Formats: sequence, structure tokens, C-alpha cells
Amino acid sequence: MDKEGPTALERFINGVLPENPIYRQLLGMCPTLAVTNAMKPAVTMAAATAFVLICSNIMVSLIRRLLKPHLRILVFTLTIATFVTIADRFLAAYVYDMSKQLGPYVPLIIVNCLIISRAEICASKQGLAVATADGIGMSLGFGLGLASIATVRELLGSGTWFGIHVLPAGWPNWGIMALPPGAFVTLGLLLAVVEWGTRRRAATGIWRTVRMLWSWRHSPASSSSS
Amino acid sequence: MKEERNKGGYIGQAWLVILLALLYGGGLAGVQTALSGRIQQNKKAETYEVIPDLVAGADASRTEELAIRGENGKDSRAYKVFSSDGSHIGWVLPAGGSGFADRIDLLIGLDPEVSTITGLYVLDQKETPGLGDNITTAGFRDRFRNAPTSQPLAVVKADPSRDNEIRALSGATISSESVAAIVNNALANCRGPLQGLTAQAGPERQRLVEPAR
Repeated sequence: MDKEGPTALERFINGVLPENPIYRQLLGMCPTLAVTNAMKPAVTMAAATAFVLICSNIMVSLIRRLLKPHLRILVFTLTIATFVTIADRFLAAYVYDMSKQLGPYVPLIIVNCLIISRAEICASKQGLAVATADGIGMSLGFGLGLASIATVRELLGSGTWFGIHVLPAGWPNWGIMALPPGAFVTLGLLLAVVEWGTRRRAATGIWRTVRMLWSWRHSPASSSSS
Repeated sequence: MKEERNKGGYIGQAWLVILLALLYGGGLAGVQTALSGRIQQNKKAETYEVIPDLVAGADASRTEELAIRGENGKDSRAYKVFSSDGSHIGWVLPAGGSGFADRIDLLIGLDPEVSTITGLYVLDQKETPGLGDNITTAGFRDRFRNAPTSQPLAVVKADPSRDNEIRALSGATISSESVAAIVNNALANCRGPLQGLTAQAGPERQRLVEPAR
């Protein structure tokens, strides 16, 4: 029997926001920093990663009962490397310009921790449906993370979004945003915003509980019963 | 514990890895066979697309790809460029070398006598965004146009005073120097062989040119 774990829907939802690969798990930082200077490379990278992640989750889930514990990492790596090579060849054949622009970062998907962590945490322990849902959810979460950083960097760095001019022509492009320091600054600030949002929500949650308890103590019903 | 781990011997333990390796290997071979033609086509198409920019008046469809042996004994490629009426009007020489960040691949356009650079194109580079990657702009590449090949190019920071001087990009001196060095190397290596090929193939063309001088 499969070990018990979250259901397919829970896996899917967790991947998108609550356990977002970039903002919550801080996995896959290399492409996050390297290819987010504009939307087009970010989306291409997200799509390539999604293909590899979903395929590797499906494959690992299918063979999960045949895995030997001490050989599992080897099997994961073999599986991931195969799908990355397929993705790389497809990009070079059908979106040649993008493939040139992404350069070494497509082969580097092999070492993206996100993919092997999903194989280990989910796909090697749960069934096909759950593993597929997990792959799709995590891919969406990763894509959203990349797109959010790329949006900030492309807007401020080039005044464009998907190569289309959005900001007025007078906008002085902040060259630094397209450079590596821009990636670190943007990621740091967005992480801070996400963290702040989460804490605020948690704080209001606590406040609500306190208020609820308070009103329950002082409500006529509870005072009459005491 | 040890016996447990080795249950079934090496094959018993590793059969899945071996089977998957064969399966994946076969799959990858299939993908490579199916796509390699298209990938090569993409690379070639990019080169052929820019040939008219490198040698004015070129008809890219008439271009011939040749293998030449450079002065250093290594084989390299060159494209012999023709105009639409079939006369040999120049060469395109692929060249590569290290830049500031990573490898830079160039295409150098030359006249038939290999005496003047007629154009320059950057096929591939990973120089610093915003600074070094300006080597791909027409503004920089045009600085090489009409430079003589008789002496090596020199990169200068002020306005050039001699034909063989190239003004560096501000903020990207190393990238600029790298491009010039790649051009110099390629020319030192292939200038002789290309001139030899032109002299061999085109005595009638030279006859046409000489009286006009």
C-alpha cells in the first residue's frame, strides 16, 4: 500500500501558494536569479521545468514499487537528466532564439533541487494521480515565482513586459535591474513582501481568535452559565 | 544487513537502473535523430540570414560552404559568397574565442581578396547584460567595417586615427578587445588559405577587375 499522504487536490494547491517552491521552499534559486531579467526567458524556463517536473513525477510514481532505497537517487537523477535533455533538444529545434538566450540554464534544470525533492517527497511515495497533481501544482508555483520576479525586473530594467513597451518612453531604464544584482534585490524584496503578508495574516488570525475568546467569555450566554 | 542489501546479486539490485538506462538511452537517441536535422538547420539558417549584411550584394542561396585548413593546421569552415549573377564577391569566416564572460562566436565578412573586413556579426555571446552585450549592436559592429586586414586590429579608447583602430565600447573594454582578438586570430589563421582559394578559382574575375583600377 502507498504511504498515506496529502490528496491530489491538496498537493496541487500546496504547490501553487502555501508551499510555493520559490517563496516558501526557496528551491531552484539558480534559474530564479539567472533567467528572470525578462518575461520571455522566464516563461520558457518555467515551461521547460514544468515539463521535466511533471514527466519525472509521473515516471518515478510509476516505478515507485520497484525502487531499491539505496539506488533511488540514481534512478531519480537518470530520469530527470533524460527529460531535461529532451526539453533542451526541443527548445533548440523549435524555439532556437530562446534556447540560445537561456544557454546553459536549460541543461542546469537537471540540478534543480525542486525536481528531485518532489520525486523524493511525493512521487516515490504516492500514486500516479497525486504525483501528477503535485507536479502540475509545483510547476505552476515555480512559474508564478519566476514570472513575478521577471515582471518587476523587466518593467524597471527595460520598461517593457514580454518585450512590449509598457512604461512611458521617458522612463530611464534601471540597467541594474537587468543585471545580476537586480535579481538578488528583487528576490529579496519580494520574499520580504511575502513574509510580511504571511505574518500579517497570521497576526490577524491570532487577533481574531483572541477577540472570539474574549466575546465568548463576555457574551450573555457564557456569563449566565457561569 | 549486508546480505540483505545484496539480495539477488548485482543484477538483482541494479536491474531497474540498467533497464531504465537502456530505455532512456533509446528514447534520447530517438529524439536526437528526429530533431538534429532541424537544429542544424536552425544554426545554418541563422548564418545564411546574415550573409547579405556581411557581404553587400550577396545572394545567400548561392553560398557555398567550404572546409579550409588554417595556418595552424586545424580545419575550419568558410562560406564562399556569390552575388545573384554568380560572381564571387566575398567570404564569410566563422570565428570564436573567449570573451569577458564566456565564449564569443562571430561571423566575419571579407572581400574576395581578403584585404578588407566588410562586416561583422555576433552569433553567440554571454557578455554582461547592458555593457558587454552591446558588442551585438550594429553601432559597435560597424566600427569593424572597412578595416584593413593587412595589420592586426588595435582597440583604442579615443576616436581612431588609423584604419586598423577600433574604438572600444565604454564600460566594455575587455569585451571589445576580445572581439578584436578573435578577428585578429581568425584572420591570421585563415587569410592565406582564403586568398589562395580566391587566386585559384578566379583568374577571369581578376582580369575583369584589373583594367578598371
